Amino acid sequence: MKILVPVKRVVDYNVKVRVKSDGTGVETAGVKMSMNPFDEIAVEEAVRLKEKGVATEIIAVSMGVAQCGETIRTALAMGADRGILVETDADLQPLAVAKMLKVLVDREQPTLVVMGKQAIDDDMNATGQMLAALLGWAQGTFASKVAIEGDKATVTREIDGGLETVALKLPAVVTTDLRLNEPRYASLPNIMKARKKPIETIKPADLGVDPAPRLTVIKVAEPPKRQAGKKVGSVAELVAKLKTEAKVI
Amino acid sequence: MDFALSDEQEAVREAIARICTRFDDKYWHDRDQTGGFPHELHQAMAEGGWLGICMPTDYGGAGLGITEAAIMMQAIAESGAGMSGASAIHMNIFGLNPVVVFGTEEQKARMLPPLIAGREKACFAVTEPNTGLDTTRLRTRAERRGDRYVVNGQKVWISTAQVAEKMLLLARTTPLDQVRKRTEGLSLFYTTIDRARVEAREIPKMGRKAVDSNQVFFDNFEVPVEDRIGEEGRGFEYILHGMNPERILIAAEAVGLGRVALARATQYAKERVVFERPIGQNQAIQHPLAEAWMQLEAAQLMVMNAAWRYDRGLSCGAQANASKYLAAEAGFFACQQAVMTHGGFGYAKEYHVERYLREIMIPRLTPVSPQLILCFIAERVLGLPKSY
Repeated sequence: MKILVPVKRVVDYNVKVRVKSDGTGVETAGVKMSMNPFDEIAVEEAVRLKEKGVATEIIAVSMGVAQCGETIRTALAMGADRGILVETDADLQPLAVAKMLKVLVDREQPTLVVMGKQAIDDDMNATGQMLAALLGWAQGTFASKVAIEGDKATVTREIDGGLETVALKLPAVVTTDLRLNEPRYASLPNIMKARKKPIETIKPADLGVDPAPRLTVIKVAEPPKRQAGKKVGSVAELVAKLKTEAKVI
Repeated sequence: MDFALSDEQEAVREAIARICTRFDDKYWHDRDQTGGFPHELHQAMAEGGWLGICMPTDYGGAGLGITEAAIMMQAIAESGAGMSGASAIHMNIFGLNPVVVFGTEEQKARMLPPLIAGREKACFAVTEPNTGLDTTRLRTRAERRGDRYVVNGQKVWISTAQVAEKMLLLARTTPLDQVRKRTEGLSLFYTTIDRARVEAREIPKMGRKAVDSNQVFFDNFEVPVEDRIGEEGRGFEYILHGMNPERILIAAEAVGLGRVALARATQYAKERVVFERPIGQNQAIQHPLAEAWMQLEAAQLMVMNAAWRYDRGLSCGAQANASKYLAAEAGFFACQQAVMTHGGFGYAKEYHVERYLREIMIPRLTPVSPQLILCFIAERVLGLPKSY
């Protein structure tokens, strides 16, 4: 069984994000970039399925600028077998990504696509669902547990108020939530092996997809600065302030 | 000329930084209080295959260069582990280079894999109490008796001798008065420490309590002939091979420690408000920090230059020594400034910077004094008369 794992290059989760002065987006120049943490969880899940003997090959796919190759390399160091880089300078939005992934799925014929439920940059939470729709496949989103048996996947989903378990008929798309697993650290021997694993580089045109954005970003702004809190000396003072200032009671 | 790290070097840095997040400030603070070797860090590095970073691939290593090893060691120090973390594995990264270069196939197959796998730790026994840096005057004797050598004498400042299973030992096999040159007659051994014949007495010291430093006494310690590395009498020559890489690694560690000190100081300067403004708004606070940054960056360039030269087989003695000097001094300046920036709180253990200041004294003092580096540069680079 082949697993396809899309991985996105995003601003590292430790970086304090800054909005560009012209309000067109966030500053990425000179900023540390890493693999989207949810995608790391997806790679880890795929690698675990391979270690269990369920999967035979893991293909990591990334789309965007040439440096996305580094993100693929990270996936290869974690245990993916080969990579595909769809190189483009275009601003990629979920629908374009899903369309290109669909063409790659048609070509590679994986039984499972495992991907992050969302990327931490734009928080769209759309690509996995769109891909499943385009393929006409089952989807198990926000997975906190995945079990594969024969041509069935059992996915435990994190939903409001609890857990929901769904049974999917394979092939399927699974999107990963935070508690699915804890991604491994790449070991040195695996970093070395990753160097020798192949990465195929193609363009959106090779997939017959026009990646031009359909959505227009009007403005990106910083959230308002949080005001400092106030210290109160007594419960009575607190209640008074809640009544007169906050007007919540 | 390309000053950027390669993807692979970035990956090394990243992976090490991630492992080190498991060993937080509290871990190192506690180690500094109570002592105890950071076995968990050593094991984590072994499990990730990191101890073999510059060992040959035939024996389970990764076959990378000193540049990558320097990046790795720097990332450990910079994580806040400082010298407590770096020294715990430092010797295991490059110390066995004489075995790699001069050992037989049998020796390499026997000695390298257990070290890389973390099953064995090694210590490096060269320095003696009465010789200091005048290494050729070593007095520890190894006398050949049949198929073994019998070692008597003492060593000092032997790091990790409490926890190591193995020892790389330099001892005199031919007395000084019977050799043509003083550099001859010393032999190198890599052997198992027999605790009945080797006593390691820990030296209480200023910092880095987690990683022991020792006086070591040999009392008729027997070393099998098959544990001798290379030819008898050529040990000094062999040991010289590892000197430049060692300086480069410790320099990288010093820059790493300086960086974490600077980062803490900068953060504190932004947050600490006195007279209704952050203290970092005062030039008296910010200028020394800016200076520390520049010094660390300049030292780092020299470290990377020296490592690059070593990995390309170019002469690197001057650069390796200069990098050790510059990095240690830059690191010291940064650590000292970090304490000063914190004011009185800098003296409290809770803020970690006083620990950094105590630890940064190590790269200043060792493996060679700053004065002797100046002598070396004056004599060997500038061609001035030898002064000592």
